[in-house]
Amino acid sequence: MTDNTNTNQIDPFQKQKNKEELKKHLISFALMIVFTVIAFVIVASESMEKMFVIPLIIIMAVVQVGFQFYYFMHLKERGHEMPAVMIYGGVWCALLTLAALGVITWW
Amino acid sequence: MSVAATQKKGFGAMLWDYLTTVDHKKIAHLYLAGGGFFFILGGLEALVIRIQLIKPENDFVSAGLYNEMITMHGTTMIFLAAMPILLGLMNAAMPLQIGARDVAFPFLNSLGFWLFMFGGLLLNCSWFLGGAPDGGWTSYASFALTSPGHGIDFYVLGLQIAGAGTLMGGINFLVTIVNMRAPGMTYMRMPLFSWATFITSVLILFAFPALTVALFLLMFDRMFGSAFFDVALGGNTVIWQHLFWIFGHPEVYILILPLFGLFSDVFATFSKKRLFGYTAMVFATMLIAFLGFMVWAHHMFTVGLGPVANSIFAIATMAIAVPTGIKIFNWLATMWGGSITINSAMLWSLGFIPTFTIGGMTGVMLGSAVADYQYHDTYFVVAHFHYVIVGGTIFGIFAGLHYWWPMMFGRILNETMGKITFWFFLVGFHLTFFIQHFLGLMGMPRRYWVFLEDQGLDLGNLISTIGAFLMAIAVIVFFINIIYTAAKGEKSSPDPWDGRTLEWAVETSPPPFYNFKQLPLIRGLDPLWIEKTEGKGKMTPAEPLGDIHMPNGSILPFIMSIGFFIAGFGFIYHGDHAIWYLALYGGMALALGCMAVRSLKDDHGFHIKKEELEREAD
Amino acid sequence: MSQDHSLNPETMPNEPEKATLEGKNKFLGLWFFLGGETVLFASLFGTYLALRNSAADGPTSEELFGLGLVFLMTILLLTSSLTSVYAMYHMKNNNFKKMQVWLGITALLGIAFLTCEIYEFTHYITEYGFTFRSSAFGSAFYTLVGFHGGHVTFGLFWLIGLMIRNAKRGLNLYNAPKFNTFSLYWHFIDVVWVFIFTVVYLMGKVG
Repeated sequence: MTDNTNTNQIDPFQKQKNKEELKKHLISFALMIVFTVIAFVIVASESMEKMFVIPLIIIMAVVQVGFQFYYFMHLKERGHEMPAVMIYGGVWCALLTLAALGVITWW
Repeated sequence: MSVAATQKKGFGAMLWDYLTTVDHKKIAHLYLAGGGFFFILGGLEALVIRIQLIKPENDFVSAGLYNEMITMHGTTMIFLAAMPILLGLMNAAMPLQIGARDVAFPFLNSLGFWLFMFGGLLLNCSWFLGGAPDGGWTSYASFALTSPGHGIDFYVLGLQIAGAGTLMGGINFLVTIVNMRAPGMTYMRMPLFSWATFITSVLILFAFPALTVALFLLMFDRMFGSAFFDVALGGNTVIWQHLFWIFGHPEVYILILPLFGLFSDVFATFSKKRLFGYTAMVFATMLIAFLGFMVWAHHMFTVGLGPVANSIFAIATMAIAVPTGIKIFNWLATMWGGSITINSAMLWSLGFIPTFTIGGMTGVMLGSAVADYQYHDTYFVVAHFHYVIVGGTIFGIFAGLHYWWPMMFGRILNETMGKITFWFFLVGFHLTFFIQHFLGLMGMPRRYWVFLEDQGLDLGNLISTIGAFLMAIAVIVFFINIIYTAAKGEKSSPDPWDGRTLEWAVETSPPPFYNFKQLPLIRGLDPLWIEKTEGKGKMTPAEPLGDIHMPNGSILPFIMSIGFFIAGFGFIYHGDHAIWYLALYGGMALALGCMAVRSLKDDHGFHIKKEELEREAD
Repeated sequence: MSQDHSLNPETMPNEPEKATLEGKNKFLGLWFFLGGETVLFASLFGTYLALRNSAADGPTSEELFGLGLVFLMTILLLTSSLTSVYAMYHMKNNNFKKMQVWLGITALLGIAFLTCEIYEFTHYITEYGFTFRSSAFGSAFYTLVGFHGGHVTFGLFWLIGLMIRNAKRGLNLYNAPKFNTFSLYWHFIDVVWVFIFTVVYLMGKVG
């Protein structure tokens, strides 16, 4: 009953497609690593102004997260409209929360 | 409760059936029973509050007990009465309305209920174990940290457990609506109640995590010595206020939006007209939900966020009046020129419109940041939120119970008693709360256990208390009505109201546990009504008769919830004596063990065979 | 059981994780759950942002954090995200053995990450006396990073449970959605870590 599942019976077209997608994943992984290294180097070298570093590393984090969502988690594909709506809804609420606690909380 | 469905079974079998059920209709019964129980508790607490305030300097209860009463009244009514009853109504009606056989995650549905139930019980155990929470339902960190005893700990753990259940319910409804609509049931053909369920579930999904975090922070501070709110170590109590209201404001829309949907269905059905402005209604609901997330700081105008923040939140608050106004006018326009039947469900809906509108207007008044400094923490605020929550949510729940009782239990609630309930409640409600606007404007602060003589507050408070008793009579009559209906009520056909939507298109009343033998084909908005106007009177099947796949029942949700309940006690008392670690670890082990069993054991459900379905038809 | 045959079809569909209604439900349910988790972590991040300079008399973030270990942890978790992508690639090609291998590597990387985190926490506690109770900053730091660590731990139990439970029976339409939901969850944990290393460690170092 179980042994018939371990044989490869995927049609070649689909296999090719999966392979191309894997290539894209590798490229996005490489870019993520590059972004991470840049962020760490900037901070470790203390070569830039604080006002400049913080927005820069946050933008790089956002781009990395975009790669995760759109490539690794396939958010770009069809059938992901509802997940995208809910993630963006969550992101919107997250931004409001961060604004509240980061900006208008004081004594 | 469901006499018709289970009268042939013994009590033990019925109990086991309800403990293990994953059927959305039975879970709805459980939610209604649980929510009804806590509604009575919350109502008794309200009566204690009103008796204490019947005359100046009364000594019916002590100051400390009064604080416990107001806290538990608010907490119980919002988390343990209103929300579960709403989840019950959603469970009862939504899957039928969209033409589904069950919800997407039947197991989670049952787990959600039992978590709510045991969370609520945990919270109420505090009454017998050294005193209930006394920090107000908002439990602001400043007093919540200094409150002696374990009251607040019960609040934290009880709400944490109940809140987890609600979050599961929300995700479950979302997936159900996205994935399991019947053929032809596009989004823009869904009844407004289903739309409201969808949007409410979105609000639950995004609002409850903030509460989860807030409760964790409070728990860590009280039980594990962290310093989030401890100013001496750099903590900040305003964080609690923000997190609580980031959850708390969407929460009030979670309480009202399902009823907006329900009223839309009721008005359309009993006016024999298509809902006026369906599209506008859908988008108004979305807009309310969207804006509802951006107004939480209007609860914090007096905290000192600064004029810019206050202005932004004041404007956003007032903007919500626009979509709400759209809804009010659409309901009026639905009734305009319709062939109106006035029965109990319709009476509650009609009573809702002016009542809620008054609450909405005081809402706009409170939304003005400058004026709010005067109203803040007075009875004006108390009057406002009772007008919207009772006038909207409770009126809506009564309307929904009268409307869907035949579908849920196969019997129609007695009309005469229904009308007595309505009139006593309506009059009692306005007596209780209308006068409180003026008490507030005269300067009576909320949450004080006594007021002094000869300050112009005596008569108003007396009237308010009399009104509360009228509401109590109304609720008693309603419960008599339930018992009477269960025993002798008029048996209902599957479609007693000449309905328009799919929940009235089932074959029997109450519906069979698989809901639809063949999924119906939906050809437009108000699908059953379309078939009726075209002379067919019943839905066309969208599929040939075939095997139906159904989920297996399970006792695991019940045991898992007991595990968390026990662990809750462990967390609360672990600081007092090390033996309580046994409860903590034991309870968690029980709960996680159930989770592991559920994960590792395959559960494929079962099939109802085509032949059985055919036999049943005879 | 009779259902097993329908779950082990002769030819696997292209997307085994979304071929059944249960699979589709699990897929959406997990995504929606992640939407809620976004707000959960945002609340924790917000709390951290509000309290990150409230070190009382204890050590501050600049004194505490070293970038080397954090960089290592980041690379470990990012790589584990890639390996779980490989696992899903082999799932789509219906190659169960390779999928298990890549999932195993994912689990090892996760365990390595967790070990680093435990080492880091004990280091702060023993070397600096910096605990959950020393200041509001301490509470916020351990809560935020600890919640993430808790998610990693839960994910590891989930993954190992899945691998052992299904080791003998191979891939079918009943368990494919389970593997897929796990991988989505694992990516999300990585997403949260990206913000943790940026907001907590890098910004903490910048000041």
